[in-house]
Parts: sequence; C-alpha cells; structure tokens
Amino acid sequence: MSKDRDSKTRHPLNILIGGEAGQGLVTVGKILAKSLVRGGYSIVVTQSYQSRIRGGHNTFAIRVGVDEVDAPQEPVDLLVAFDRDTVTLHRGELTPDGLVVLDGAVGIDDDSALKVPFKDLAQERVSNMVALGVVGSLLGLDEELMARTVDDFFGKKDASLAAENHRALAAGTGWAAAHAKSRHRLPPASNTPQRLMMNGNEAIALGAISAGLRFHSFYPMTPSTSIGLTLAGQAKRMGLIIEQAEDEIAAINMAIGASFAGAPSMVGTSGGGFALMAEGVSLAAMTETPLVIVVAQRPGPATGLPTRTEQADLEFVLHAGHGEFPRAIFSPGTVEECFHLTRRALELAERYQGPTFVLTDQFLADSYRAVAPFGVENLDTVRAGTGAVKSSPYFRFAITESGVSPRLLPGITGHLVVADSDEHTEDGHITEDLSVRRQMVEKRLRKGEGMRAEVIAPEMEGEASPDLLLVSWGSSKGAVQEAASRMRSKGEKVAALHFSQVWPLVPEKFMIHLESARQVVCIEGNATGQLARLIQRETGFQIKEKVRRYDGLPLTPEYIARELNQ
Amino acid sequence: MVTLDDYGDYEPAWCPGCGNFSLLKAVKQALVVSRLKPHEVLFVSGIGQAAKAPHYLNANVFNGLHGRSLPVATGAKLANPKLTVIVESGDGCNYGEGGNHFLAAIRRNIDVTLLVHNNQVYGLTKGQASPTSAEGFVTKAQPEGVPSAPFNPVAVAVAMQASFVARGFTGMIEHLPELIQEGIAHRGFALIDVLQPCVSFNKVNTFAWYRERCEPLSPAYDPTDWEAAMKVACRWGDKIPMGIIYRNDRLPFEEHFPVLHQGPLAGQDVDRVMLKKIMEGYR
Repeated sequence: MSKDRDSKTRHPLNILIGGEAGQGLVTVGKILAKSLVRGGYSIVVTQSYQSRIRGGHNTFAIRVGVDEVDAPQEPVDLLVAFDRDTVTLHRGELTPDGLVVLDGAVGIDDDSALKVPFKDLAQERVSNMVALGVVGSLLGLDEELMARTVDDFFGKKDASLAAENHRALAAGTGWAAAHAKSRHRLPPASNTPQRLMMNGNEAIALGAISAGLRFHSFYPMTPSTSIGLTLAGQAKRMGLIIEQAEDEIAAINMAIGASFAGAPSMVGTSGGGFALMAEGVSLAAMTETPLVIVVAQRPGPATGLPTRTEQADLEFVLHAGHGEFPRAIFSPGTVEECFHLTRRALELAERYQGPTFVLTDQFLADSYRAVAPFGVENLDTVRAGTGAVKSSPYFRFAITESGVSPRLLPGITGHLVVADSDEHTEDGHITEDLSVRRQMVEKRLRKGEGMRAEVIAPEMEGEASPDLLLVSWGSSKGAVQEAASRMRSKGEKVAALHFSQVWPLVPEKFMIHLESARQVVCIEGNATGQLARLIQRETGFQIKEKVRRYDGLPLTPEYIARELNQ
Repeated sequence: MVTLDDYGDYEPAWCPGCGNFSLLKAVKQALVVSRLKPHEVLFVSGIGQAAKAPHYLNANVFNGLHGRSLPVATGAKLANPKLTVIVESGDGCNYGEGGNHFLAAIRRNIDVTLLVHNNQVYGLTKGQASPTSAEGFVTKAQPEGVPSAPFNPVAVAVAMQASFVARGFTGMIEHLPELIQEGIAHRGFALIDVLQPCVSFNKVNTFAWYRERCEPLSPAYDPTDWEAAMKVACRWGDKIPMGIIYRNDRLPFEEHFPVLHQGPLAGQDVDRVMLKKIMEGYR
C-alpha cells in the first residue's frame, strides 16, 4: 500500500509548548490540539514529561498539517514558552523562521521573540488562555471555534470563570492581531468530515469496549494508567466492571477469574508491573482462559524512566510466563491500529483460549491524533464460551484436532467446569500421568497453528525490490514511513516494512520483502535490536544494520535520517 | 432436592488421619443443607494439600496458583454473581503468599466464603513453618525455631471489621457444617479459619493439643459486639475460642455495580448506541 506521500505536500507546522509541571501547558496543548482537529487538520502530539507533579520541565508538541501527519518532527516552528528554561533548552531546535512566544516579563536575550504582556492582558490564573489566544491568532484559527473548544474543555459549571476565559482568549487574539505579523498561518483545511481527537490509550480502551470487554483490572503505572481511567469513566454507562487491584498479581488473577466465569477481560500495565504478572500469564495459558494483556512500554530496567518511551520489552513479553504455550502479540503503529488490534486481541484470546498481548509505549499512549470515527454499529463482539455441548460429563480440556476445546462457563449450563493450574486430564482434574502430560502439551501448542494461520502480515510501503528497506514495529511506524518517503523524494529507492503483529512471526508473509531488498535496516526504540534478533532467530535472515534509540524519546524522521547517514 | 450423593465420593490423596477428611465431609454436608446444586457452586483453590479438596467433590472448580485464590474468586463472582463462590485453601496460601489479597478481600467485602485449612505448617512441601506456626516451632527450614511471631488471621479480620469471622476445628465435627453453612449464607466476605492437625508434619499442634484448648463460645455471646469480638479474637493459648466471633452487615462489594442486577456479564450485549455517543464526545 503506497500512500501519496511523495508528492509536494504543504509543510506541516511544529508547535512546542514548554514549561514547568503545574503551569497549565497541557491544558493549552489539549485545547489547541482539539481546536486544530475540529478545524479539519491532522495532528501528531508528542507529550514529554518528567516524573513529578510540580516544577521540572515538560513539553507538549503538536505537529499539524493540512495533509495527513503521521510522525513527530524535530524542528520547531512555534516555541511557546511558559518559562525561561523552555527557551534555553529548545531554541536550538527552531527553524530559520521559527518564533519564540513567551511572557514579556520573562527576560530573555532575543529581539525576535514575541514577548506577550500577560500581566496587562488578564489575571494570572487565566494567562494560559491568553497564550492560547496568541497562538491561535498566529495560526489563523477561527476565534469562535477556539472559544467553543475552551468552553467544552472546562464545562459549564462556573459561568464567571467561563467568561474570564473568553476575555483572556480574546485579549490574546486581539493583542497578537495588533502586534504580531505571523509567518505561521495555516492554510485552510479541506472539507474533511469531523474527526475525533484520540490518543493511543483511549483507542485501546474504546476498541476493547467495542469488542465486548466487560472486566478490566489494573494497578496504576505510567504510561498504562489512562487505559484504566478511560474505562472507569465509561464503566457505568457501558456496564463494565473496572477494578483498581491491590497489586498487579491481583489484577491479572482477577481478570482470569472474571474471564473463566464468562466476562471478556483485560489487564493493563507497564514493564515492571508485567513482571509481577508473569505467573498469571502462565496460569491463563495452562487453564486456557482468554485474557488480553496490554503492556505500555517505558525505559527500564526496574523503575527506569517512568514517564518516557522505549520499545525494549518485546522479548520480555514474548517469553514471560514459565512453560511452553502459544501467544499472539500485537504492536500497533497508529491510534487506529490501537483500536482495531485491541479488538483483534480480544477475539483471538477467546478463539484460542489463552493470553494475547497489545504492546504499546508512552509515545503512542499519549499521542493525540485526528482519527475518523470508528463505525461501531457494525463491529462484531466477542462471545465468551461455546454455546452448547451435548456430552455429559463435560470435559473442559477435551482433546481436539485444533487444540481448542469447547468452552462452557461455570454456572450457566448444568455442566460442571473444572480447570486446574496443575497438569490435568481432559476433565480438568489433577494428573501425574506422564503420557497425558505429553498429550496436553501438544494440545496446547497445537493452538499456535491456528494463531499462525490468522497472523497479520507486516505492511509494506514503497516499491518492491528497493535499494533500502526500513523495518520497524510499533509506534515508530509514522516516523519510519516519513523517513522513507523523504528519501524517495530525493530519488532514492526506499521502502518501509512495518510489523503490527510481532508474534507469531510467519516468514512466508515477509521474507520476500527482506530478500528482495539490496540493504535492510531495522529501526527500533531499544539498544539491542530485539525485532532484528527475533527475525534472525525465526528465519535465519540477519539484519546487520540497525538504527536504535534508547534515550527515552520517540523516533523521529530526522533522527532516522541522521543515523542512516552515518 | 440435593443429596450427599450429588456431591460424589472420591478417594483423596491425603495422609490417613489428616484433618482434611473431616473438613471435606463437613463441606458436603453444608452444601446439601444449603440446598445448593453442584453446578451452582464454584470452588477456587490455590496450591497445597487443602487446595486439592475441591477436586474431591462435584462442583465447578478453578484450582489456580499458590496464594492467588481470592483474586480469582473475586473476578469470577463479579462476572457471575449468581455463583456461590467458596475459596478453600491452606494457611500458607491465604495468610502467606496471598496475604495482600486476604486484606483486600476483607476491605472489599466480596461475597465469597474463605475456608482456610489452618494446620500451622506447610504440608505439601513437607514441613516448613507457615505464617500461623508458633514462635519457636522447629522445622528443617527453621532449625533454631521460628524467629517470628505468628499471624492471627481472626484478630486481623475482626480489626478490619470483616463482616463474618469464625473459627472452627476439625475435631468439633458436629459444629463445622453449621459454621460453613452460615458462612455461605452470609452476604459478604466470610472467613472461616478451621484448625486441623497435620499428622505428618506438625507434631506440636496435634489433635490432642487442639482438643485441650478449643472451646465453643457461650450461646449468650453476641458476635455483633465489635469490642468484645476483638478481645475474643486475640485470645490464643490455653483457650482458643470457637464459633462465630464477629459479624456485621456491611454492603457486599458486588452491590456497587448496578450492571450485576442484570445477571452474569457473559452474553450481555454491547450498547452500541451508547458507545456511539461516547465516541462523539471525542470530537
């Protein structure tokens, strides 16, 4: 599938809002992002924050374009600084036409900066609305649209605060119109139908609900927490049971119990929490209980960088849980894929009665995008359990050709359902008969064949037999595709291959792309090249060249270009 | 009409003289008196000799990981509140490996009956101390005697205002089925700590040792009096009180979820109209 990315596109703009935690920069960022989406623009948000509630240095970047934007970018066009540190830290990233916008009271040595007299324009508590107005004016955004978005964001509770917000917004817009000559007006957006503003975690949550999720348990852990929060916010309306567990071990065991009793279930965590869940993964596999586990990656080992991004848990998620059993691991590259692949993970978990995984990361979890509404009217939902079984007594682990046994739910029919973490006979009771053991190992592994048959092939963009093939997985999809596209516009024969399912790996689905490329480079957000190593293990094909990033920041087209040119 | 035959008769893999035999019998009797049919009951157990008990009767069974029965039971009960859920496992499972879940289950007041086979030792793994072993108890793992004070589950449960706390003894076979039946009938979390001898690995807390100390509470005792219950719960030594020690009528956890009034979560349809409305909220 080759997108028309290579023709001359109108350049996207990159707005970086920076300041201390607690200054309201995320509020400004979200309202601005929403206004842009409502205005018909495409966005990619990159949130970069520290592990603290006040102070420090956080940024909210919005890359915006009339045409589709799928990746972050490094050069900054508009640097909106809530404090001096932001200017110091990021002025080096400004484009030649780049503009710094900040409070006039903050003394910086830069005549070209737009120094806004916040103190004169509004009360301090709404000065971030002034900033919003200024930026909106520089971009040429519709004032009424922005005012409406401000109202939607804060709600209708406090009429006087709403009025104050409006005044501050108008003051900012008015001041900028009078004092700034903007070189950053956005071209008008095409008549795109109204899109949604959603980030990766929200899409995972909504995708799960759309597929019939009924139970989710979690222990708060950045960057996975917002999955649980999104679900908790909709629990009453959608009839879900969402429980913050006492620890991650409780979370996964609760979800297993709920799934065993018929509720499609999910847990969400990050690397360290997943480490505690490992025995539970093994339990889901042994008792053949459907379960989706979302692991939102961040830099490790141990506590690592709690609020940053990385792609270094692929091997861990692939091997976690003692014993041998099949699993499926999805690695969405976009917000849409977060929605659809979580659905698929729930479907596969039920179909093959075991653990399936969705691997995301902090960058994608927090990255707001403009997405087309998901048509939920026609989407299938997962039904827990098989309808009916004629035989009595019922054998929960009846050996079948596919390895999948008919699954009844306890208490729903008159049958007795027995499941065991010990090795067991077909009826579910404990056994130490070693020939039964062999048969059960083979039965469980046989289910893997079904998973392989349903694997999602990696997506190829660009022409066949390229000089250079860029391989990636997970959230770096957009950055890699854009890097490839930029090289193509310079006349190079470059293609990009993205894995949105990293397990099972089925060579027939992608070897032709690797073998027909002159050179292959694997681009990953980790230090040791985990997907490259996995591909070599499974196929024998060695990808010698790698681009790796492990400083806690997401891959960008510029980073990839720099690394490739070395 | 449910009979003992409905619950089956299987040969357990326990040592002759094990307290588990009496407890298994008492459980079956309690289920029959409660008029519960096997398919209406879900036993969740962990790992240990006690945890094998649910395999020796007819019922739905989830025999999971060591210490992790309560979370599984909680999830299952929430998914299908019509099930009568009973957790049956040992003192190691429930007070050691699963200690955090013990506290959380009490806090939630999930409508699950926790039947603990408390023999003050780890039997399946051949004789190490358990959280309820006495200080100074000598084993191969603690050759100088256990250096820690024992966990008192009854006292902790009462202190946390668990809504049903009881203690039994496999030697008081006449009272055990009634105690279990009351626990099952109770709406909310019911702890029944059942003292039992381990003939193979606990040569201190023997049948005779318990018999000498276990004493039923007087019929005049009021289990709703929390302060009195705290005193009774902390009593352990020459006399060990037996019976329902404390009870209250806290709201069961499941009552917080209106969706459960519609029955089991399995097979409930996704409200697509509502979901579409939720999606619109992201515009």
